[in-house]
Amino acid sequence: MASLEISALTKSFDGQEVLRGLDLSVGDGEFWALVGPSGCGKSVLLRNIAGLVTPDSGTIRLAGRDVTRLAPAERDIAMVFQSYALYPHLSVAGNLGIGLRQAGLSRADTAEAVRHVADLLGLGPLMNRLPQELSGGERQRVAIGRAIVRKPSLFLFDEPLSNLDAALRVHMRIEMADLHRRLGRTTIYVTHDQVEAMTLADRIVVMNAGRIEQTGRPMDVYHDPANMFVAGFIGSPRMNFLDAGRLGRPGRHVGIRPEHITVSRVSGAVSGTVDHIETLGSETNLLVRTAELGFVTVRLFGHQEFAANETVHLDFDRQRELYFDAAGQRLR
Amino acid sequence: MRIYALAVYLFLYIPIGIIALFSFNAGRHASQFQGFSTQWYGKALSNPFVMDAFQTSLTVALASAVLATLFGTMAALALQSVRGRLRLAFDALIYIAVMVPGIVIGIATLIALVTLFGWLNPILAAIWPFAAKAPQLSLGYGSLIAAHGLFAMALVIIIVRARMAGMDRSLIEASADLGATPWGTFRQVTLPQIFPGILAGFLLAFTFSFDDFIIAFFVAGSQTTLPVYVFSSIRRGVTPEINAIGTMVLAVSLLLLITAQAILQRGRKAE
Repeated sequence: MASLEISALTKSFDGQEVLRGLDLSVGDGEFWALVGPSGCGKSVLLRNIAGLVTPDSGTIRLAGRDVTRLAPAERDIAMVFQSYALYPHLSVAGNLGIGLRQAGLSRADTAEAVRHVADLLGLGPLMNRLPQELSGGERQRVAIGRAIVRKPSLFLFDEPLSNLDAALRVHMRIEMADLHRRLGRTTIYVTHDQVEAMTLADRIVVMNAGRIEQTGRPMDVYHDPANMFVAGFIGSPRMNFLDAGRLGRPGRHVGIRPEHITVSRVSGAVSGTVDHIETLGSETNLLVRTAELGFVTVRLFGHQEFAANETVHLDFDRQRELYFDAAGQRLR
Repeated sequence: MRIYALAVYLFLYIPIGIIALFSFNAGRHASQFQGFSTQWYGKALSNPFVMDAFQTSLTVALASAVLATLFGTMAALALQSVRGRLRLAFDALIYIAVMVPGIVIGIATLIALVTLFGWLNPILAAIWPFAAKAPQLSLGYGSLIAAHGLFAMALVIIIVRARMAGMDRSLIEASADLGATPWGTFRQVTLPQIFPGILAGFLLAFTFSFDDFIIAFFVAGSQTTLPVYVFSSIRRGVTPEINAIGTMVLAVSLLLLITAQAILQRGRKAE
């Protein structure tokens, strides 16, 4: 049982509120992703959980135990850092084992545990190398190995894939999912990449300006956002926000995702001209300039040919429209 | 532009070059080169006054550099957790300590120490329980080491702090996360990373003290450091022996400065 309970957590730096009273309840074995724009407080929250930063008020309970004021080493938590933070003077084996050695494990037991993790992550042939002799992906694997070798109750990941190139990131994402399935440990994962959050997490937490905007399953957050911030932050290309009055809809703003708009060359509810085209092969994104609604982004599946300045007609899928009031809160 | 630059460099370095050249002069004249000889080096090194001054300089430089490095490093580490206005005030004080002319530091230190001794010596004499005369505080090794150490400490703080700025903070966090004690983290992570800065700071502090004339002139009391000896000798005319001493001091200082620079450069590349 290693659930994580956070209540009323606040933290200020130099008089600036970075966390404004956060509550979070993570079940045993769950994988949670914290997402939000940079400066939203997600990394600070992670550091509070790790014990690297002490909160001003509020409590953090891990497996029912209050760990708010405990030192990092006493919390039964392991963290993987964005920069990997490997000891430059220690070999891969040394880096993997140092946590266990410092916890007082014997040399033989440490070697055994390190070998086991090295097999799990395919690090066997690299054991005697120094971090500077490893590729980015290998360093990443060592950093993850250094965390899992300690068998903590809770894993913390701070943007672990952000320093990898795109192809490797996709590969490591699959490995992370596989690892979580095999180990089944409670995990908190900070990322600014919503694809990572959506594909890896059981639950995602969308943060903004030190507050939690919404918590939920990835698809619930995607289809049923609580407010305009979440609606705009999750999903790419970004959701269109249009003037409700001009469309004759309730509230102040109408939110509609680019894929929920259809394009016709013959007729539609709104007319406009194609301003910009992005052809990706698997999808085609159009930026359409309309007289009454401004710019509207439309996402079409597959490769579709359009010419710049071509006149097109748009139809909105009314079932999928979301309505927001002037304060950006969802109207249901 | 290039000619101007050349002129500036010539103006700066020709006098130094001439001192080095004439230190190898076979004759006595300071203005006339009469053949190559190392006799003046021999003379200087066998002069008991020179050797005495050299020993004083070495002792003071070593002691003040050790103290400056120790306290400068500790101050640099402590200043890391100071923020806001207090930090600004400390930064300003450190830079001022480096920028204030040596003569001001010399005079101020002299006045402060003499005033302090003026207060303390009667008290010391009054509470001294033995029949013999009470020991009295006076200028000498102690005041030299203190004055040089304080000034050099500011240098060490600046160098060590510059080194810390380039440090990977997450390594310190990782060390804490991996169960190291704060002392363990310092030993395994912080110290190896800032060590080049500490060593360079030590060498610069040593060089500063070894070369310093102005502050030493005011606070040395009855002691004579090498630069002070050179100054007092020059009043009786420049001899090739003085040139030889000057060249040796220059060589030692240059060697230490180049070593310090090389250490800082290598530390930077290792990252």
